[in-house]
Formats: sequence, C-alpha cells, structure tokens
Amino acid sequence: MTDQSVAAEPGKPRLSPRKKQQISRAVQYVVLVAVVVGVVLYADWTSLAQNFAKPDVAEKTLPELFTIALKNTIIYTVGGFVFAFLLGLVLALMRLSTVRPYRWISTLYIEIFRGLPALLIFLMITFLPLALPGFTVPGGTYGQAILGLGLVGAAYQAEVFRAGLQAVPKGQTEAARSLGMSAGRAQATVVIPQAIRIVIPPTTNQFVSLLKDSSLVLFLGVSGEYVELAKFGNDLASQYANATPIMVSGVTYLLVTIPLGHLANRLEKRKVRAR
Amino acid sequence: MTHAIEIKDLHKHFGMNEVLRGIDVTVEPGQVVCVIGPSGSGKSTLLRCVNLLEQPTRGKVLVEGVEITDPDADIDAVRRRIGMVFQQFNLFPHMTALQNVMIAQQRVLKRGRKEAEDVARTNLDRVGVGEKAASYPAQLSGGQQQRVAIARALAMSPDLMLFDEPTSALDPELVGDVLAVMRKLAEEGMTMLVVTHEMGFAREVADRVVFMDGGVIVEDGPPAQVIGAPQHERTRTFLRRVLHPED
Repeated sequence: MTDQSVAAEPGKPRLSPRKKQQISRAVQYVVLVAVVVGVVLYADWTSLAQNFAKPDVAEKTLPELFTIALKNTIIYTVGGFVFAFLLGLVLALMRLSTVRPYRWISTLYIEIFRGLPALLIFLMITFLPLALPGFTVPGGTYGQAILGLGLVGAAYQAEVFRAGLQAVPKGQTEAARSLGMSAGRAQATVVIPQAIRIVIPPTTNQFVSLLKDSSLVLFLGVSGEYVELAKFGNDLASQYANATPIMVSGVTYLLVTIPLGHLANRLEKRKVRAR
Repeated sequence: MTHAIEIKDLHKHFGMNEVLRGIDVTVEPGQVVCVIGPSGSGKSTLLRCVNLLEQPTRGKVLVEGVEITDPDADIDAVRRRIGMVFQQFNLFPHMTALQNVMIAQQRVLKRGRKEAEDVARTNLDRVGVGEKAASYPAQLSGGQQQRVAIARALAMSPDLMLFDEPTSALDPELVGDVLAVMRKLAEEGMTMLVVTHEMGFAREVADRVVFMDGGVIVEDGPPAQVIGAPQHERTRTFLRRVLHPED
C-alpha cells in the first residue's frame, strides 16, 4: 500500500523538486503583486499626501527642526549616553567583582531598570521634586532628560560591558599580574581597553536605542527651546491639524539612525574579520 | 646563600582533583631547571604556583627567601622579580610590540617614557625582534610574538624567569628561534624554571631536569642522569614515547 502511494501514478507524472519550487515562487509573486495593486488602487493618495506630506506644512518646520529639535535630541542622547556609558562600566565591574554586596547592588539595579518601561522612569523623574522637597535635578530640563536616559541606558550598557569584559581572555590578566601589576591596574591598562574595543558595535546599537528613547522627553512636559524631535513634530502637527511635521521628524530620526545602524554592522564585521 | 626558589611539600587540589601531591624542589641562583613529564602531570600548575597564578592548597613557596604563600606577602612586589612566559604568549593585542614591553616598566616600575623605551628597544634587539617594534601582535608570527613576550618579561630586570611550555604553541620551524633566545639567556646566567617538551633543550641547557608524573616528582637530577640514564620505569616509559613516538 505504502509502496504504491510513493510510486508515480500512471498518467499523472510527479513534479520534480525544481518544478515545485518554480510554482511556489510564481504563486508568491502573484500574491505580492495583488497586494501592491490593491493598496495602490484603494488608498486615497491625495488625502494621504495632504495629511502626511504637505509641502507647505513641511516647510514651516524649518529651520527649527534642525536648530532646536534635532539639536536637543542630540544633546539629550549624547548626554544620556555618556552617563549610561560611565555608570554602565561601573555596574559591569561591580557585577564581576569578587565583593558580593557589589554584585547584589549591580544585579538589583540592572534587573530593575531593564525591567521597567523607560516611560515610567521619566514619569517618576517629573515627580522627584515632590518626593524630595527642595531638590531639583541639576541642569534643569537637560539634566532631567539626561538623568532619565542615563539611568535606563546604564542598565543595558552594563550588560554589554559585562559581555565585553568576559570576552577578554584570562591569559591577559595573568600576563599583566605576572608583570607585577595590581588587580586594578591590570583591569585599567589591559582588560578594560580591550573590552571597550569589543563592545563598540553593540554600544553603537545602544546609542541608537537611546536616540529613539529620547523621544520620551516629551513626557517631562518640555516646551519652547527644550523640545526635541518627537515633541516638536507633535506640537506642530496639533498646530496645523496635519501629520506632516510628525513625518518630517520621523525622517530626521532615520537620517541619523540608519547610518548609525550600518556603521554598527560594519564595525561588527570588521571585528569578526580581525579575529 | 638563599635559594632562588624553594618549594616545600606543595599540594594543589582543583575540587576533588589532586594535581600536585607534595612537591619539593629547590632552584639555586643561576641554575636552569627543566620540568618534564606527561600532560596532566601537574608541571604547569607547579610553575604557576611559583608566582601565585595558582593559589597552593598546602605547602610553602619561597622566592629568594620570601615566603610568597604567606597571606601577608606583597605578591605584586615578588612578581616584579619573576618574569613569566606563557604557552599562548599573552601579548596585549591592543598595543604594539614596543608598547607591550614598555607598559609595565612605566606603570609598575614608574620608569619615565624615555628610559622605558630605551630598555624596551634594547630587549627587543636582544631577542632579535628589534625591527618589529612598531608591529601589533596580530602582525607577528608565533615565534616573533613569543620573543616579544620574553623581551617584555626581561625589561622588568627579573631575577628569575618562569617558562610555561614556551614553544608548544609554535609551528615547528619557529621553535628554534625561541629556544636560541632561551639558550642565550641561560648562558648569561639567568635563573630559569622551564616546563618543556623539548628534550634536546633540556639535555643541553639544563643544569637539572625534574621528571613529574601524577602530581609527584619521580626523578630530579642532572640531564645526563634523568634523560640519559633514568632510574625509574615511569621515566623510561615517558622518554621512550617522547624520543621515539613511532615505536
């Protein structure tokens, strides 16, 4: 019985694997074309263009799009990144420390700040003055934004650094210690510089993440000269009752994030080749 | 006269695994002692206990009369006087050959840049890789890397040198260069403790050969005796396998 079903039935030749693949591919193309044609025919292109890509509204975003919004996005991101980089390195060293309480503190921090939505951290920062009367984050809005991004970014950066530090071969520390370097000196001159090289690609991705998260500054209730790309797009969109400004800030994000993403990929490939 | 290295009743356990089971060895200043033995016999562990890369489970290690196994000993200070050469070279890949040889001089001995560079260049020349000073380790052959590693240790002006299978990771045609450097060092009077599989080197250069097996020393004596006329069956079996692997 089984033998018969496997054998070719007379008058109905079986398809070769190549033929089967060709048919499957043809079906996929037909479906794809049908979807594209459907979207093109049924979408209301004039209305879409009016709402999302209206040239005169787009023009009104200039020059503040660059002089204020992009500038602030970059300030928040770079500030938060530096904060996250330094705190992340400290947390990673604590996590790998032989001192147990250091490991506890670091693990707790990382678990909490990776587990919470970044938005929640920003909302909490706005309530800090209430919780601590008389306390203000130094640097005003910039300080608050950098603090929020830095606290969240540090948790992720700590894990990136931990992987980097662990990727440096043990023989490196042994060689440094054999030359009479103390444990701290060996870390600083031999292990950390190599770890930083190793983590450059994932750190670039972390930077892109922070750049996108900087849009959460919107929830700090900023206005005027402090707005960044997301808030800027949103404000103008409300003002003109038109989504074009949001599109424009979206494109501006992509102008930065896509090249950075490619850079990270290239650095990653170069690293693989160098091994 | 104080011994260069004195090891007394040294034991080392890794968990349940007893790697060293009571080792006693003494190395006098200026002596070259080669440690031979099958893999897993504990010879590398023994060497690594001498500069405390491994913490002994029991027993004492004295370097130039200082008991380094004493918890209060300043191990960094002792290590400055002990040069160590590893099987895998362990050069710092983010530094040039010159920087590799300079860094510990500057950071540990606090030598100035100029002095550190002079000492580094002298030692790179001494091991025959002076023209590679500006190269990164990845650009060097294994033999060149190992010679840079030897120069790095020598630049600290150590009183004694430990070699942990320095030629085992090298392509056969590069072994000779490294052995030649070590031979020259021995002739200059350097105190050396060498874990090696190079029987020719041990026979010609060593003042004493120590044969280890199963975490204990089976034979310890001049090379003519240990390699030339071994007393113990275990030594004879090992040497037969090493010297005539195809029989």
